Amino acid sequence: MGIQPKKNIMPVQDPSERIHNFNEVALGYREELAVAEAQRCLNCKNRPCVEGCPINISIPDFISEIRNGNFEKAYSVIAESSSLPAVCGRVCPQETQCESKCTLGIKFEPVAIGRLERFVADYHNSNSKDTIKRHTTINKKIAVVGSGPSGLACAGELAKKGYQVTVFEALHKVGGVLIYGIPEFRLPKSIVDKEIESLKSYGVQFKTNIVIGKTITVDELMEEYSAVFIGTGAGLPKFMGIKGEGLNGVYSANEFLTRANLMKAYANSSTPIMQAKNVAVIGGGNVAMDAARTALRLGAENVYIVYRRSMKELPARKEEIEHAEEEGIQFELLRNPVEIIGYTNADNQRDNKNGYVKGLKVRKCVLGEPDERGRRRPIEIENSEYVIDVDCVIEAIGTSPNPLIKNTTPRIKFSDNNCIVVDGAGKTSEDGIYAGGDAVTGAATVILAMGAGKAAAIAIDKYLSKANK
Amino acid sequence: MFKIVSKRKLNSTVTMMEIYAPLVAKKAQAGQFIILRVNDDGERIPLTIAGFDREAGTVKIIFQIVGATTALLNIKNAGEYIQDFVGPLGCATRIDGISKVCIVGGGVGCAIALPLAQKLHEAGAEVHSIIGFRNKDLIILEDEFKRCSDKLTVMTDDGSYGGKGFVTAPLEEAINSGENYDEVFAIGPLIMMKSVVAVTKQKKVPTTVSMNPIMIDGTGMCGGCRLTVGGNIKFACVDGPDFNGFDVDFDEAIVRSAMYKEFEARACKNCNLLKSEVK
Repeated sequence: MGIQPKKNIMPVQDPSERIHNFNEVALGYREELAVAEAQRCLNCKNRPCVEGCPINISIPDFISEIRNGNFEKAYSVIAESSSLPAVCGRVCPQETQCESKCTLGIKFEPVAIGRLERFVADYHNSNSKDTIKRHTTINKKIAVVGSGPSGLACAGELAKKGYQVTVFEALHKVGGVLIYGIPEFRLPKSIVDKEIESLKSYGVQFKTNIVIGKTITVDELMEEYSAVFIGTGAGLPKFMGIKGEGLNGVYSANEFLTRANLMKAYANSSTPIMQAKNVAVIGGGNVAMDAARTALRLGAENVYIVYRRSMKELPARKEEIEHAEEEGIQFELLRNPVEIIGYTNADNQRDNKNGYVKGLKVRKCVLGEPDERGRRRPIEIENSEYVIDVDCVIEAIGTSPNPLIKNTTPRIKFSDNNCIVVDGAGKTSEDGIYAGGDAVTGAATVILAMGAGKAAAIAIDKYLSKANK
Repeated sequence: MFKIVSKRKLNSTVTMMEIYAPLVAKKAQAGQFIILRVNDDGERIPLTIAGFDREAGTVKIIFQIVGATTALLNIKNAGEYIQDFVGPLGCATRIDGISKVCIVGGGVGCAIALPLAQKLHEAGAEVHSIIGFRNKDLIILEDEFKRCSDKLTVMTDDGSYGGKGFVTAPLEEAINSGENYDEVFAIGPLIMMKSVVAVTKQKKVPTTVSMNPIMIDGTGMCGGCRLTVGGNIKFACVDGPDFNGFDVDFDEAIVRSAMYKEFEARACKNCNLLKSEVK
């Protein structure tokens, strides 16, 4: 029997139904599908996929276990490297990481590694009765600042080594971007909660409602803890700096998604969110797709992705773009927003539409020469402006790191764009203080943040073991 | 969970509470704010800190019942708990180099103006306070202001107590009569702060205003609290809440503050509990 050239198709909720609910879009492989997909793995000797994984999961080994029907064993293999497999299986950009290296992918579609990872994690979460409480074995306390992907990965790794880990979270709920940013339909919050429960069983403590840099400073943490890991993540949203950004109906993606996800504004909560009819989302990354698809589910009739470059340059995960297209998101590509137009009724100051968005003026672009990052630069075409009729504009053009720690712990070295400067292992300019994730790199992915958290945990362990001798 | 240690009704729509939150109390300074949620699926609302007791570990908040969340908070009594209470957030008000100051408070804004007046008084500055309310029944904290002000002017819109009219009239009068204020602090409704700035800008008296826009996280993540200050986007939660009054785009802030007015009205109307409370 020859190798099946294509991935086994992921069952999904039908687009016409899912645009009316917040339930998860991708439904996951059943056992038979998972085993069939696992059989596509060549189990090649040089294992390039492992190199492609930022946290170096032993991919062929867990796939072999799936092939043999040992799903729990497959989970143990993944758990050696990853603290959050159910999350990564859902949100990693596998097509540019592990799957891009897959040998099978040279001739056919690569093995669906991400879908298999998700299958294993979900299988474990619904079947395992593993409630073993682990106890901390090393009499050293470590503080982790921020409970997003980098913080959770760092905390998990250190707890497994036996350290006493306390994670500090500014919000009222643990999980960082996994909770406030990534929508329910892409990453159910119950999955995140389960992963956090599993960290708690390893002895990790979580303290919410504490803003490091305000409630407690990093220096104060250093008095009580042997080491500190800073994973404060993405900070202030960037805005384009065009006219009209102060109008009502203009959101940063962070705000729009936080209202929807963290505050559950879609579920009749007490937090309001604008239920716009026509929505433009500026940007082309995963966050832009999340915002667009959330707006659709909140009842919008037309949702546009407005992006300066072409489909080929869209930075979002392929699967998210496909899902967005299936759901009817409209792509306004090669369009650069130049102004957000507001409604003004000069005759009636009390017209309650005054001050609200009524359109987004864009200019057409063509692609020019590649820039320093190798992406083709958009060049505006003169006199090509037109207005897209919208009542809501969501800007998803990135973030700059949170300023709170810089303001209160200036002795840590920061780069010109306010990112924390670290060495290869995640150590900052100060002994005992480590950092990782978006606070170091600027806006990036969940898995890169997890990789950084894990690397810093290893470095912290080395540092503290040395200090012991 | 955070315990409500005490509760006092200041007038028919304004309530003071002391919340046990020792970590916040330890760091709190005048001008900073907290964010709270009353219950598990409640919204996050920012309230400026109205006082603190570091030894007792309590933080004082004073709020006006303006919507569903503040109405819900007002139903809670001393001894009960609120879900979340985080802070202190934002930057403390800067008072260095000020030896003579005019504090202008409007309505519930007086609750925030008071700790600042006290701080300046303790620092040895000459404090003139002008506090304004709609009418006599809505006056709050008059005695407290008396104790920390070298000169106190109370104004009511309808003249039912103190001077009749807005706070801007006595302020302008004072400046015209030669009071050389190093700084004017205006804390209150947006329209009041805008009017104060209209006076002080003309007279070139440096003016700080305390902005209280809609917020969610309050830590510099969501960007919902943005304002246009001097032509640039500023975030009240991390850059403020104090700003140079001359630079703030008040008209934009006024429109933005009303973004969810309809939603709020609906929330209040739909809830029977709140209906009975508001009566």
